Amino acid sequence: MLPKKFSVALLALGGMLTSAAAMAALPKPYDITPDLVAAAKKEGKVVFYTSTDLAVSEKVAAEFQKEYPGISVQVERSGAERVFQRIGQEYSAGIHNVDVVDSSDAVNFVYFKQHGWLAQALPKVVADKWPKAEIDPDGDFAAYRATLCVVAYRTDKMDAKDLPKTWEDMLDPRFKGKMVKAHPGYSGTIMTATFVLSHKLGWDYFKKLGQQQVMQVQSSTEPPKILAQGERPMEFDGNEYNVFQLQEKGTPIKIIYFNEGTPIVVGNAGLMKDAPHPNAGKLFYAYLFSTKAQQLGSDFGGLRSFNPDVKEKSTRTPLSKIKVLTSDPAKLEKEITKIKSNYEKYFGT
Amino acid sequence: MAVTSHAQGSSMARRKRLDLSWPIFGLLALLLSVLVILPLFWLLHDSFVDDDGSFTLDNFQTLIDDVTFLRAYGVAVAMAIGVGISTCVVATPLAWLVARTDLPGRRIIRMMVTASFVTPPFLGAIAYEILAAPNSGLINEIWRAIFGLDQSEHLVNIYTFWGLIFAITCFTLPYIFTLVANALDKVPSDLEDASAILGGKGMTTLRKVTIPMVLPAMLAGTLIAVVQALTMFGSPAILALPAGFHVITTKIWSLFQFPPQLGVAAAASIPLLLLTIVLLWGQKKILGRRGYTVLGGKSGTPRVIRLGPWTWPALAFVYGLLCLTVFMPYVALIKVAFTDKLGDPLNWHTFTFAHWHFVLFDFSASRLALYNTFVLGVMSATAVTVIAVIVSYLVARRSIPGVRILGVLATAPVAIPGVVLGVGLFLSYANPTFRLYGTIWILLIAFMTIELPSGYQQMSSAFTAVHPELEEAGRIMGASRLRILWDITAPLLRTNIVAAWCFVFIGTIRELSATILLTTANTKLVSVTIYDLNESGDLGAICVLGLILLMASFAVVFVANRVGGAGTDRMSSRG
Repeated sequence: MLPKKFSVALLALGGMLTSAAAMAALPKPYDITPDLVAAAKKEGKVVFYTSTDLAVSEKVAAEFQKEYPGISVQVERSGAERVFQRIGQEYSAGIHNVDVVDSSDAVNFVYFKQHGWLAQALPKVVADKWPKAEIDPDGDFAAYRATLCVVAYRTDKMDAKDLPKTWEDMLDPRFKGKMVKAHPGYSGTIMTATFVLSHKLGWDYFKKLGQQQVMQVQSSTEPPKILAQGERPMEFDGNEYNVFQLQEKGTPIKIIYFNEGTPIVVGNAGLMKDAPHPNAGKLFYAYLFSTKAQQLGSDFGGLRSFNPDVKEKSTRTPLSKIKVLTSDPAKLEKEITKIKSNYEKYFGT
Repeated sequence: MAVTSHAQGSSMARRKRLDLSWPIFGLLALLLSVLVILPLFWLLHDSFVDDDGSFTLDNFQTLIDDVTFLRAYGVAVAMAIGVGISTCVVATPLAWLVARTDLPGRRIIRMMVTASFVTPPFLGAIAYEILAAPNSGLINEIWRAIFGLDQSEHLVNIYTFWGLIFAITCFTLPYIFTLVANALDKVPSDLEDASAILGGKGMTTLRKVTIPMVLPAMLAGTLIAVVQALTMFGSPAILALPAGFHVITTKIWSLFQFPPQLGVAAAASIPLLLLTIVLLWGQKKILGRRGYTVLGGKSGTPRVIRLGPWTWPALAFVYGLLCLTVFMPYVALIKVAFTDKLGDPLNWHTFTFAHWHFVLFDFSASRLALYNTFVLGVMSATAVTVIAVIVSYLVARRSIPGVRILGVLATAPVAIPGVVLGVGLFLSYANPTFRLYGTIWILLIAFMTIELPSGYQQMSSAFTAVHPELEEAGRIMGASRLRILWDITAPLLRTNIVAAWCFVFIGTIRELSATILLTTANTKLVSVTIYDLNESGDLGAICVLGLILLMASFAVVFVANRVGGAGTDRMSSRG
């Protein structure tokens, strides 16, 4: 035993000396055991800060409570950047309210990790089924969901022949005053999408887009809802999953996936190291990745899942048929200020 | 001899009782200093001191270099002036009609205007999103349906600069209305009668006697409207951001987004602070030292002017206004609360309790938020009213040398925009020494600080209107100052005290700008919950929460009015 332990320690030390990457090691996966459930029930509560749409999050929470009666879930839903701001404020004041966090801004997790706020936790289902690229090398967080940031339109208010076919088409005068779009300062999804698109199309593109009298909203959940209200017939960006939800309610909305590509936004989830309800948090964290919760997120919420057992509805275009534009959070982090200031220059807010 | 010694004894006792003023003065001075000065200190500190602790002007340099700050300031000032003017122009005739004419249904009208005061501005702004958004707005839908117009046509667009002024005016106007109407109530008829006896016609009397008497209230009200608009966060956040422009409060707020620029935010708020101080100073200059003592122990009831043929235009004006500030917004909120989608007409097929079910049963944050909101509302209102009564009494009667400093301290927070106060308080009470952040106490402190000026202003103007002769009578009878306050002055001002309590309560539950920085998941309030819901476009849930908030507020106001109303009756029967 001793030599083995020693050699592990030595390896770790060696890793520390050579490179940080070599240090990365996934923790031992954990499963939902009766012991964990019992300990979680003793705590009785779990606090979930999330940027996933409120109705979806409450649904997942309700299912969890059904599965584990006696543990209540407090859902705090807000935009990714607001969730981030709230946790930052609370932690800087030494307040540890949150157990589990989910955010569509991958940069948030880079920050959390740097500050050592996340617990190393690897649910068994994630270890078994998730693609390695979607798990943090240290097991601090993993991809809870993905969504595309899509262009969509009201089928009853736009002519099929008028539809845009490329990103460039969106700058056409015929779309002036017709579009709604969410804000990168509020939404992690939009921040990621703006980052991707500004690299693909250049800032000049956004400058021209700013002349299109775009209605500016905050959350990426909102543009689809604005379409449903009929306030604007087309969205420049917004969550794919909200469009799915509205489509299933019978709202005449359709998504356009451009051949040039659509930004994909991976939303991570993590368990806080200083969680006030560590066991309930751990249980809930594992539950989020369970096939059941992921299937729920897909069926009810329209989220894309990395769990291969999740069956997507046939009405949805499978991810394999869509060209997606990915982004690197490390690079994004360096550009946040620039994105925000450019954005304000071109859009006014 | 025995008599003399007894008299001496009682005068000694009186002096002892009098001394109670001093500890109270000290205590209040300390409390107000902590409330006001601490956050301001941190604000200044953070704007001039960088992270390393050394002096810097970089934050101000950023302000000057970045043209977006200047633009935000320009827009905010223009908007505030617009709101001030429009509010005064609308509220003054309204108050006059209600207070001094024989307009039918005056009591109901007064209640209705109070209703628009109860409406939080952010809720009003959301209601106007529902009503007057260019495409989906109900008004525009109806307009297009009536005239068979194309989808691209619209009558009104709330997402504009003027739309914003309009929406803020609708829900700021009760401030001036209440002040002016109260002042008009108190203008005694003897002065107007004197004018009439001397041959002054109705208009002359109005111009030369009545208006000068209420001018202070009008100016004070307009000033409040300007300051309110300048420091308001909710309505601009809801209406200006979609329109693509910032005002200064939303601009400051945007600086808290990741990565937060607290120093720049603090620096950006200092010109706002100075601007407000200048405004207040200007108001003082305008009013000069003209004080009117109009509520004495004896005075006739105000004279009522007959409108005659003007009754109908007056009614049209009043009800038109009520339509804009009360009926239409409420109908919009109710409609959306009970239908699935905004565009659906309200009928048996579209009628649904889904949003109610969601808010009351599925949405885990709402019950806690409702509970927190009402507990804090009652606590803040009570604390502020007590402090305001004592401070304004001590100041009005200049009982102690240097007591005016209390008045200055109690008025000072009016100059601190909510967003800025939020930062100041966050910096003051979110550190290891004072860890109040994350509890409701930091919110209580915030609400007390924010509402103190309005509570104090109301109470102090009420006190200046009470002639000291009644109190002097009390003094002669040997009562202490606090005894007099309790037995004579407070009952005389009972309506004002109840009104102040209501003002503060409502002010608390509609506060958003400081609250949004100071709440945590466990101390969430309805206002912040509504704001969060708005950012994700959940209109149905907003309307339900908004209606619950409104119903509870009306219940509180109703109960308070019953209590206060009883007092008024007794007072008038006594007079």
